[in-house]
Amino acid sequence: MTTHVTGIEIAHLIDGQFPDAVQDAQPEFAAVKPESLVQVLTWLRDDSDQAYEFLSSLTGVDRIQWFEVAYHLESIKHNRAATIKVRAGDRENPVVPSAVPVWPGAQLQEREAYDLLGIVFEGNPDLRRIFLWDGFAGFPLRKDYLNLPGGQMPGLERFPGEPGVELSGRGTE
Amino acid sequence: MTIKSEPFVVNVGPQHPSTHGVFRLRLTLDGEKIIDADMVMGYLHRSMEKLAEERTYTQNIPFTDRTDYVASMTGNLAYVMAVEKLMGIEVPERAQFLRTIMAELQRIASHSMALGIFANDCGAWQTPVMHMFRDREKILDLFEMACGARLTLNYMRIGGVSRDIPDEWIPQAQKLMEDLPKRFAEYEDLLLHNEIIVARARGVGVLTPEQAMAHSVSGPMLRGSGVAWDVRKADPYAAYDKIDFDIAVGTNGDVYDRFVVRLAEMRQSLHIIEQALEVMPGGPVHERLGTATVQPGGQSIAPLAFRPPVGEAYARIESPRGELGYYIVSDGGPSPFRFHIRAPSFINLTPLKLMAIGATVADAIVILGSVDFVVGEVDR
Repeated sequence: MTTHVTGIEIAHLIDGQFPDAVQDAQPEFAAVKPESLVQVLTWLRDDSDQAYEFLSSLTGVDRIQWFEVAYHLESIKHNRAATIKVRAGDRENPVVPSAVPVWPGAQLQEREAYDLLGIVFEGNPDLRRIFLWDGFAGFPLRKDYLNLPGGQMPGLERFPGEPGVELSGRGTE
Repeated sequence: MTIKSEPFVVNVGPQHPSTHGVFRLRLTLDGEKIIDADMVMGYLHRSMEKLAEERTYTQNIPFTDRTDYVASMTGNLAYVMAVEKLMGIEVPERAQFLRTIMAELQRIASHSMALGIFANDCGAWQTPVMHMFRDREKILDLFEMACGARLTLNYMRIGGVSRDIPDEWIPQAQKLMEDLPKRFAEYEDLLLHNEIIVARARGVGVLTPEQAMAHSVSGPMLRGSGVAWDVRKADPYAAYDKIDFDIAVGTNGDVYDRFVVRLAEMRQSLHIIEQALEVMPGGPVHERLGTATVQPGGQSIAPLAFRPPVGEAYARIESPRGELGYYIVSDGGPSPFRFHIRAPSFINLTPLKLMAIGATVADAIVILGSVDFVVGEVDR
């Protein structure tokens, strides 16, 4: 049975190694400051007591106040799972360091997060759009996507409401 | 003296039988050798993750059929498990066993298709596929008996499964279980001991265990490289902890070993289904959830709208293609705040460039086939 390491536990471990690196700790995850992210992830991969050699999933979330990237890590050696997060507060230009130097498996997933959420992964060797074409306006998974001024995509300002009807939903708040 | 020719770009796809859908590969060649490979995807991008944010949790189940449309049972299962984890729902035991049986039947169906298409990629045009499709059809018949659909099944529900199996289902499944070992022996003869396939697949597209883990490769590709990692064993879900089975592991990490692992897994799936059919208990197949109603026929209707607590959940299962995960963030509303699919087809393509560089164009087709990706899941 996989041991799911709570965010509080992993935050204590990280804090013992890198004081000041932890930004927030919740039962589900530990959030790390962007400037120490690569250091922390490298340590989690290389330390023989942690040995998170497998990056299960990397994805971005638009939390409205900030963007965050969630790393679901797995240790095949110890059969353990943990979640690390990093936050980017600047909505105009969210930048986080790339995890590709730590796990090459992050390559396509970072391109996906860049394509759909517009999170820039600094240090990714090949950061291009992946599903949408170059020149696509906006980043569709952002919560304010349908509120683009004037509707950057033709016809988009009328979806899903009728013309002239105020859009409702979480994206518009 | 070595002759160096001008680099030459070959475009494979998006409409090409070896790409198994609409997927494009741009190969840069030096002579016949590949020096660069670039994947162009997105032709089947349906923005599922955005659409899911506008729909209720129950309405999202049919979307999960359409990500990996060759193995929709496992898509259903991973999604409902993520929502159950978020809400803390316990699933009745009979439903757990039904989920296990259906997921394993789906694995046999999906692996048969992978093997048939692989023979297709190696040049045995269409005949092997039709052989493999005989069994797949019978499995689809069983699905049809259980839920009325053959491909987009929509069978799992949050808290259980949509309905119990009919009385004649178990005898028919048992008959299929008796027939399949003979067929599997036939496939092993046809594929694994075939000189052409051995010549095409041995030593091609090799991934070492370290490379496979670093590139987040999972499923038969990871096990083909010799890493005994199977979510069914490592983190048992549904009824896998009550069932005895082995993990099939390869040694060389080449294309051939991936298919050896797939064939061995089909035999293990059979073993799992036989045990599960024997020990499956009776009882309800659906946890009553809020205002859920159970109809006289045993079919349960999950409430259309409910609100999980604020939080997040990541559930993962072993789909035929690898580790399939659903990451759901809830803001307490009736629909997910964020809905992300960790798609094994997509992530298993990460080391494609690594495997293809230095190989020939003909090898690249076989390597691409060994990833066994479904474009619906790559693009979502």
